[in-house]
Amino acid sequence: MIRTEEMLLNVGPQHPSTHGVFRLVIKIDGEVIKEATPVIGYLHRGTEKLAEDLQYTQIIPYTDRMDYLSAMTNNYVICHAVETMMNIQVPERAEYLRVLAMELGRVASHLVWWGTYLLDIGAVSPFLYAFREREMIINLLTELSGARLTFNYMRVGGVKWDAPEGWIEKVREFVPYMREQLKGYHQLVTGNEIFMKRVKGVGTYSKEEAINYSLSGANLRCTGVKWDLRKDEPYSIYDRFDFDVPVRTEGDAWARYECRMQEIVESLKIIEQAAAQFPAEGEIMAKVPKIIKAPKGEAYVRIESPRGEIGCYIASDGKKEPYRLKFRRPSFYNLQILPKLLKGENMANLITILGAIDIVLGEVDG
Amino acid sequence: MVEDLLASSPGLLNFGIFFLLATVLLLVILGFVTYAILAERKVMGFMQLRQGPNQVGGRWGLLQTVADVLKLLIKEDTIPKSADRPLFILAPVIAFAPAFMVVAVIPFTDKLQFADIGVGLLYYIAISGISTVGIVTGGWASNNKYALLGGMRAAAQMISYEIPLVMSVLGVILLAGSLNLNDIVDAQSSGWYILKQPIGFIIFLVASIAELNRTPFDLPEAESELVAGFHVEYSGFRWAFFMLSEYVYLFAMASLTTVLFLGGWGPLPFMDFIPGAVWFSLKFSLIVFLLIWVRVTLPRLRADQLMEFGWKVLLPVALANIFLTALLKELFNFM
Repeated sequence: MIRTEEMLLNVGPQHPSTHGVFRLVIKIDGEVIKEATPVIGYLHRGTEKLAEDLQYTQIIPYTDRMDYLSAMTNNYVICHAVETMMNIQVPERAEYLRVLAMELGRVASHLVWWGTYLLDIGAVSPFLYAFREREMIINLLTELSGARLTFNYMRVGGVKWDAPEGWIEKVREFVPYMREQLKGYHQLVTGNEIFMKRVKGVGTYSKEEAINYSLSGANLRCTGVKWDLRKDEPYSIYDRFDFDVPVRTEGDAWARYECRMQEIVESLKIIEQAAAQFPAEGEIMAKVPKIIKAPKGEAYVRIESPRGEIGCYIASDGKKEPYRLKFRRPSFYNLQILPKLLKGENMANLITILGAIDIVLGEVDG
Repeated sequence: MVEDLLASSPGLLNFGIFFLLATVLLLVILGFVTYAILAERKVMGFMQLRQGPNQVGGRWGLLQTVADVLKLLIKEDTIPKSADRPLFILAPVIAFAPAFMVVAVIPFTDKLQFADIGVGLLYYIAISGISTVGIVTGGWASNNKYALLGGMRAAAQMISYEIPLVMSVLGVILLAGSLNLNDIVDAQSSGWYILKQPIGFIIFLVASIAELNRTPFDLPEAESELVAGFHVEYSGFRWAFFMLSEYVYLFAMASLTTVLFLGGWGPLPFMDFIPGAVWFSLKFSLIVFLLIWVRVTLPRLRADQLMEFGWKVLLPVALANIFLTALLKELFNFM
């Protein structure tokens, strides 16, 4: 008589495909997952609590370390929240620099996702190609801010540094180059039979489920919900640009892949337009008091980060530190659907599904 | 040469010659493995915008693998406490020994072959199957869940792909009328079997990549899923043994492909002034390069898709190929 039993398997916290210190306790029967419990918190630094003792400008470097793949959007969300509370008008040139930085960051973030996702699925080379292009973006952002990942670039009321000479030309040159490279990406991966077999129909969920689980970003748009805060609640100067919101209806890993790849194209469109409209000169900082004190009250702003909707809630009692600060971190919310998706799936699909959600552990743990 | 020795009466001298020959072969293969690993890393580096090894042994990194092997040799030999100790130690050997044994029957040139046995092809396939046992044993004995999953995948995969592999070769055997590898090479003097057996060649290539556990069929050691699969608990030289056997198989499989489909040491027409050994190594290198290229390009299949592909696609096509070959040969005396 053959006796079979379920096996308890710890995937992570040290596992090459959990993209950081994420742990997943799974019960498997053979290679079929019966139950999956995510365990998070290995990277928890208490950003929100720490922020209560910090001045607003001091909080900005902490946000760099949340979603470290697109630190610019995190910078923006905190600055935007304080600006909203204090009613600060950000100068034109600063807004353009912000948008350029954020969109370049979005492309870089999607490139990392693309490379690592393919690495998870077993193709080694795309990772290195993606990083070649990402390196160029990182160089551009380094010229702007002086840092490679943790930019600490934006300030309440504007940006810290003006664009160096010739920077905007480099950005303009980058756009057609990136478009050319994208063709190569599609040739190498998108049409690949094995890749399509791995991702098509895997990790499917419906529109309703996506909304109920509070998913956002490409995870939501892959189900057919056309929701992008850049379009639907335009912040900064996004209403000046002409771009599309890529939507797919299948709701599987393949749809998420297509959405993200298309988002790169759309971001490039924004970068191109922003670089063309870039004001030749102007202030990069609004007139803000030396010590920033948000007026008594509260504010919640939300913007579109590469991973979804990132929100920042500030409650202030008029001091120079916030009374309470809260980030709505998209990776954390997007991760919630994982146990549901994994039930009954194959071990190999675990990686495909987890990768397609596109989490950054720094953001999940906060 | 070997035949004469086999027929002669046993003695110390004969033993000495055999021993010497085997050692030479061993060294040749180890030399190949050393540089195959380097070549793989260099070619991968070239394809992936990297340099590859370029520090140890000049700018081509010629001594990199040697340094790696030395490092592995002096590493601490760790055996997990709860591992099945005897099996854990035995597994790399089981995986490794057959890899060397199969090389004995490969004819490198018309003169250089170590054992010209009548059923050379059958011998190769039969012996190479043993390695799977080593991998499963290693996976089981490690007492690690990832290793166990990897071992099980290896077993399923290798059994599934052994069959199309054999079936694809049957077409060649039908045409050559022999299982002897020398005869097969001789039969190709009029035309390589890659031209007469294109379907067989493709199936053979796919199945051999699966047998070699290389991307896109590297599921037993799928790094991103099973961390390292069956050899996750192995370190130092035991681990090196698994790796070594993998590369020796690469050597053997590329040689076998050359012999079966690319006419072995046989030259291209009008170019027979170039010695056979050169032809062999050229064709052989081409296959090795192709295998590296595939590894760099493709993502990995899923276990169930792998099975499906093996049983539902490769096997029927291979069977159809045998049928077609037999029909053509019998009816039209075509080949």
